[in-house]
Amino acid sequence: MTIVLRLINPIFGLVAAPLLLGIINKTKAGFAGRTGQPLLQPYYDIWKLLHKGAVYSRSTSWVFVAGPLIGLGATVTAAALIPFGALPALVMFQGDFILLVYLFGLSRFFTVLCALDTGSSFEGMGASREVTFSALSEPAMLIGLAAVARHTSYISLSQMFLSTTSDSWLEWGPVSVLVGFALLIVLLAENCRIPVDDPNTHLELTMIHEVMVLDHGGPDFGFILYTAALKMWLLGQILVGIAVPVRSGNPWIDTSASLICMVLLAIVVGAIESSMARLKLLHVPQLLVGATTLSILALVLLPR
Amino acid sequence: MNTTADIVMIFLVLTNLMLLGSSRLGACIRTVAVQGILLGLLPLLVKNGSFLVHLIFLSAAIICLKGIVFPGLLMRTLRDMDAQHDVEPFVGYGMSLILAPLALVACMWFGSQLMLPVEIASSLVVPVAFFTITSGLFLIVSRKKALTQVLGYLVMENGIYVFGASIAARQPLLVELGILLDVFVAVFVMGIAIFHINREFEHTDVDRLNKLKG
Repeated sequence: MTIVLRLINPIFGLVAAPLLLGIINKTKAGFAGRTGQPLLQPYYDIWKLLHKGAVYSRSTSWVFVAGPLIGLGATVTAAALIPFGALPALVMFQGDFILLVYLFGLSRFFTVLCALDTGSSFEGMGASREVTFSALSEPAMLIGLAAVARHTSYISLSQMFLSTTSDSWLEWGPVSVLVGFALLIVLLAENCRIPVDDPNTHLELTMIHEVMVLDHGGPDFGFILYTAALKMWLLGQILVGIAVPVRSGNPWIDTSASLICMVLLAIVVGAIESSMARLKLLHVPQLLVGATTLSILALVLLPR
Repeated sequence: MNTTADIVMIFLVLTNLMLLGSSRLGACIRTVAVQGILLGLLPLLVKNGSFLVHLIFLSAAIICLKGIVFPGLLMRTLRDMDAQHDVEPFVGYGMSLILAPLALVACMWFGSQLMLPVEIASSLVVPVAFFTITSGLFLIVSRKKALTQVLGYLVMENGIYVFGASIAARQPLLVELGILLDVFVAVFVMGIAIFHINREFEHTDVDRLNKLKG
């Protein structure tokens, strides 16, 4: 029974992840006064891509084929580590938040390897940018989670989230806010959202994440799209778990509150994308260093 | 723990970080204005046993001067000197933002070492006061424009005020107002001086003041 209960959360995440992108797109369409694509369009896209054939260049090696699969595998593994509302995580052990950050790192590393494997200069450029920015967003996320770990005195994500209650808002509310902001910036940067990268751009010179996957097609590209959606969902789960700790005791209320917060988060991301312009590439590191600074602030401030 | 005072302290740290990270003089002046308003709230939050009327009067005076009058004066100077709205740092914004947490950690350590004779409202007060002073000093030495020197001076003064407001519990109203008047005159004179320097030399880069030595 417990294992079934534990399986609900990751499976739910795997199913619901692309919906988040659908909500973001709907919000952006709403801001622009369009009807926009259907809410389930990301699902249709992935389904369509999975039924296509893939084309591999003769100049690529096995890395190019393995990359999307490893990325997907790493991200699905990460899905097993994060609890959601009252739903427990599938796996829980001491220090799992470090594994979580580095699973994202592994996924990114193979995307970069694939990009370099094609030998395309555009993809090399995208890879260089991605690595630069992720080197700055990774400490922001790690230190932010470490700050939460310090204030809850647990080093496992599940325990951290369980002990983040509405009482903790009174005790270290400012820390939650700082970490929340840092994680929001990380979420925008890691999922190539607007202040950092424009997911809709089709100019190779300015793309960051999309430019690295230009040569992937068919099922591989479907995997990549799905991995991106899942990553967005997972980072959202972390953000919601820390910033909006609803612990009423009733599992239904807790979980549905978290779910509503995820939808709100998607709408907020859509609103940010609609109301902000993209930052100059030179200013992105400044934003990410700012996020890291907020995390450090949360870590050192407020002695326990 | 006094949570409201803590939140004000955290906002003070954030305004300092914004000052170190922003590249526009106008944005810097607005940030200093916000910092001034936050400081104005401080006397009401750290209850030090004096009369409420006294506190409200002091609060209003601080908000008026540091939140409205100083930024207004500086904004006017900025407008008068046309088209030089960049901060032009010697130490880059990213680097400043990396150095800031290090300075904050050092201030936290220093604050924990310091033995204070009186009880203070929040454990953050001393570190934040020192951090504000350090940021002000850093602004003065690491930015090129003369206007940022004035901002740095104001931020330093704010830091000293944070320290004073929470330590020297019963500072007489007259002393506080005297300090405010001094700062007012200083900002006023510096604004005029910057305006004149700008009219004479068509720039206000402080690193080129060396040439005046002749």
